[in-house]
Amino acid sequence: MFKPGDATQKKELPFYTDRISAGFPSPAEDHIEKKLDLNELVIKHPSASYFVKVTGDSMKNSGINDGDVLVVDKSLSAVDNDIVIAVLNGELTVKRVKRSRKDLFLVPENPEFEPIKITPEMDLIVWGVVTAVIHRLK
Amino acid sequence: MKNIFALVDCNNFYVSCERVFAPAFENRPVVVLSNNDGCIISRSKEAKALGIKMGEPFFKCERTLKEHGVKVFSSNYALYGDISRRVIDTLRQFSPDIEIYSIDEAFLLLDGIDQGPDRGYAHLIRDTVKKWTGIPVSLGIAGTKTLAKIANERAKHDASLNGVLDITQMDGATIDELLRSTDIEDVWGIGFRWANFLRKHRIDTAYALKKADTSWVRRHMTVVGERTAMELNGISCLSLEKAPAPKKQIVSSRSFGKPVSTLTEMNEALSYYVTRASERLRREGSVASAVQVFITTGSFGKDAYFNMASGRLPAPSADTSSFIRISKALMEGIFRKGLSYKKCGVIISDITSAQGAETDLFAGNYRNSKKEDLSRAMDSINKKWERDTVSFASNGRERKWVMRRGFLSGRVTTRWDELPVVKA
Repeated sequence: MFKPGDATQKKELPFYTDRISAGFPSPAEDHIEKKLDLNELVIKHPSASYFVKVTGDSMKNSGINDGDVLVVDKSLSAVDNDIVIAVLNGELTVKRVKRSRKDLFLVPENPEFEPIKITPEMDLIVWGVVTAVIHRLK
Repeated sequence: MKNIFALVDCNNFYVSCERVFAPAFENRPVVVLSNNDGCIISRSKEAKALGIKMGEPFFKCERTLKEHGVKVFSSNYALYGDISRRVIDTLRQFSPDIEIYSIDEAFLLLDGIDQGPDRGYAHLIRDTVKKWTGIPVSLGIAGTKTLAKIANERAKHDASLNGVLDITQMDGATIDELLRSTDIEDVWGIGFRWANFLRKHRIDTAYALKKADTSWVRRHMTVVGERTAMELNGISCLSLEKAPAPKKQIVSSRSFGKPVSTLTEMNEALSYYVTRASERLRREGSVASAVQVFITTGSFGKDAYFNMASGRLPAPSADTSSFIRISKALMEGIFRKGLSYKKCGVIISDITSAQGAETDLFAGNYRNSKKEDLSRAMDSINKKWERDTVSFASNGRERKWVMRRGFLSGRVTTRWDELPVVKA
């Protein structure tokens, strides 16, 4: 003898929020972190950060080689000993700034190059401060 | 509470972008050309001083530019778009309420922000943008957007102001003096047709409109005109729009670099423009159903030809291939052999949000999700690699009709292989 089912009776089924793979849950589930992003490591001020490419060897003793990419932060103000991108004779150049008493110098990191003394007529502009070097080995 | 609007506007934006990475051209005359190197769309102060006019066709002034050693750049929108983003991001730290008005202008709400002695805050904004992005900006600060625009114009052109004019600190008489020296055409919201009308009624300056009888203004000008007059009186009617309204229509068209006379080439160009337009549509999360295609020889006289044709998709869509198909069909109907065409384009309209789009019960093919998935997959490949890495074959590969840009600088902030070079 068949009776029609009682449509008002509801049966609740458990609802899972996770996909369950065969086997038991991962012990790391509660500790999942986002992937490491190189941007976070080298870029502190995204809207003021730029990448530039180096040609030349005058800075090689500071670890900056021909072909390297530099991270330049324009929001920073250069302090003594910083490596900066400077505008010299209308060109973008990379050098270390050094102040000695009242003179300002743009100093290379290669004995084959001479430091450049900055005179008021030269109208030096610091374009940005170099914060990181990306040097590829392969 | 009274509003304080700051209009931040970049000076000679495209030229300024180019100078950031080509500092040798600071203090030298520079111009930037429009699409197809057609006409002048940005000039440095030095170029303006030489008498070079905004909008002047390049071919007309090419010799003058050469004679004066003016540096010429083609428009590098990849660069300008990126710098614009940086300027806006830099501005965000100065106010939680910002409206991006155009590629080089933004309104900030400075209500409730302590502006410091001598309005130091405004100068801080200006100096920070210059330092972080290299772009010089001007600031106009007032109780209404319309007045902020006027203040901004004055700040830009009066060197003694150092790029900032805050009229909230000015007395009425000085403000009125500023409005008296502002032509009616230069008031935001008054185009040249309204200006002609107003001049006939002896309203020729911003001051005159401010003082005009309110019931006269209400009777003779539209709501926009009335609002402008009220804003000139310091009554704020235009609030900050934080999210732009979705577009009502999307136009994609360009003049050809070389004239086109075959249907094959025409369809290639059309296909390309349709692809770009549908990308924009998808980016907005919209769908559309009306398509209009137009074509022109751009000339006058007996060989001149202009025509357009419209059609509708059976159901709103955001799928490139559907738009290409209908556009080509429309083009067949208006293309005439034996003519030399200068331009074609597509206008997509009747745009609605992709959520809850109506469909035609009998279309059968409503919102073909497979096709839209394909379009979306293409979008993400093209975003990751390069625009047009993947495209429909109908867009053509050789593309002789592509924009002429003979003076393009590198995409120095958006391409690894085009980074600016620094000398060590």
